[in-house]
Amino acid sequence: MEKRGLWLCIILLCLSCSNDDAGYEPTAMPLDIPQILSSNVIPPVIPTDNPQTVEGVALGKKLFFDTILSADGTQSCASCHSPQSAFTDNTPTSVGVDGIAGTRNSMPIFNLAWNYNERFAWDGKELSLERQAEEPVQNPIELHSNWDDVVDRLQAHSEYPELFQLAFKTSTITKELTTKAIAQFERTLISANSKFDQYTLGQADLTAQELNGLDIFLREDKGDCFHCHGNPNNPLWTNNDFHNNGLDATFTDLGLGAVTGDPNDNGKFRSPSLRNLAYTAPYMHDGRFATLDEVIDHYSEGLQDSPTIDPLMKQIDQGGVQLTAQEKADLKAFLLTLSDPSFINNPEFQN
Amino acid sequence: MIRKFTLLWCVALCFFACESDDSNTGSTQQASPTFTFTHDWDGTPVSSADFNNFIFTNANGETISIERLRYVISDITFRTNSGEVLSTNVHNLVDVTNDNGLSYTLPSTIPIGNYTNVSFTFGLDNEDNAQNYLDLNSANFNVPDMLGGGYHYIQFDGEFINSNMEEMGFNYHAIRAVDNPGANPTFPQDTFFTVNLGAIPITSSTEIEIKMNIAEWFKNPNLWDLNVYNQMLMPNSTAQILMFENGQTVFSLGEVSQQTE
Repeated sequence: MEKRGLWLCIILLCLSCSNDDAGYEPTAMPLDIPQILSSNVIPPVIPTDNPQTVEGVALGKKLFFDTILSADGTQSCASCHSPQSAFTDNTPTSVGVDGIAGTRNSMPIFNLAWNYNERFAWDGKELSLERQAEEPVQNPIELHSNWDDVVDRLQAHSEYPELFQLAFKTSTITKELTTKAIAQFERTLISANSKFDQYTLGQADLTAQELNGLDIFLREDKGDCFHCHGNPNNPLWTNNDFHNNGLDATFTDLGLGAVTGDPNDNGKFRSPSLRNLAYTAPYMHDGRFATLDEVIDHYSEGLQDSPTIDPLMKQIDQGGVQLTAQEKADLKAFLLTLSDPSFINNPEFQN
Repeated sequence: MIRKFTLLWCVALCFFACESDDSNTGSTQQASPTFTFTHDWDGTPVSSADFNNFIFTNANGETISIERLRYVISDITFRTNSGEVLSTNVHNLVDVTNDNGLSYTLPSTIPIGNYTNVSFTFGLDNEDNAQNYLDLNSANFNVPDMLGGGYHYIQFDGEFINSNMEEMGFNYHAIRAVDNPGANPTFPQDTFFTVNLGAIPITSSTEIEIKMNIAEWFKNPNLWDLNVYNQMLMPNSTAQILMFENGQTVFSLGEVSQQTE
């Protein structure tokens, strides 16, 4: 009888000890997927080891806007990925904490959970959103931090240990948990309320010029933009694939080729989404085009031939698809209908 | 009493034994066959590793480099000995470039047995082509509405050495042939087609190889001149019908492997 009582005490003790840890769970926060996406494309990619939670997203948002991630406390992720610019910036390439400019244009951040092959960045070198978040923090020409130092700073912070406890059930901060939180926040950055989205849903009309621009976008004998940049049934407005779009005859930046080591990939860069072009100038991987007009001129007359130019590029010997001035204006008008003011003004996405 | 029990046991055992034999050979057992898609150039195996090299020569003598090859097959059907046709409303995007969809296991089951013909549709029939397929949208495989909408049947991109000895792109994109692109396109003829693989026995684990001879797209019955037909072929119904005709001899049945229990 005494033995039985002892066992009961031990069991109760164990239960009471583990109760604190086991009782709490972060609140699940599945992505709220807009109809324009749920009815047209397959579900987004959410890693099984990093489910979306209220606490994780909130932590990720705080980290995203916090200069604590940079070596000298002057820059955050948002310094180069500003909400008002659809989470890019307005310079050809971004300047890091040491005043050194990089070589690539900051990519906008939205709808990244729908990048099904999970190759991120212009050259596809980052194989998940979590891993992508590691790189800028330690890049010497970006935030130029040491991750160990970042973790130490976060651990010593008055709020972060508790926020990590809430998000991940541990107050022991790691690089992996930090990037998981940032990735959770980034996955909530969904843009699906452009004028064109509203048109698709029967809630808005396009002008004759915008409709004509759509026609040019979709015609294989005109713009032929749709083979790489989506269409009304693929409202991501990108195929998330890598192409050499004829920017250069010789390459100073190998792009995907530098990542894969395959010369056939030289000069290939990820097709960016055409959403939110109104806010994301300048354009291309190196920000060489200041305006949309310059971009359209490039595809119309400016193509440069090279061994890896994509076979989808047409009339290369003439420099491109030879649009008239009116066709260019119409195409631009259509492209601007893909911009989503509610996205850049969404209070959930502001600091 | 014991004798009676023994007798009953024997009868019962025989009954169950007979029933067991029937179920092993009968048509009630179901299976999901797997289809594998292989590719060759007149017998020489082709995979994504062979892409981006000018190593192929078509029947018209043009040297070719393949950069992108993907196509959709659909509606696999099985004809039984009694003439019954078991249809499946399925589709599979075979993406040779990225080595996706090269093996496709039927998501439903069919009865085990000998089938007098197994067939599939190259592309999508008109009814299926009018559907909204999220996987194909996500793969950016759409055809614009002014060209009839729906999806590509095949997207075969690459470069060839043209008559001026210059590298030039080609986009062998087969779709539903269309005239009068615009708000009210018209369709001169269907360009999806049925591929009959012939008689195939389906056991509990059957793997069926479907071979595509890529070179056939360029030679039979129409000798394809890439200097004439290279790009912007989607709105060209003449080119679409030529592709349809050449596609008839592209596919064939390869190895059928059976794994018996």
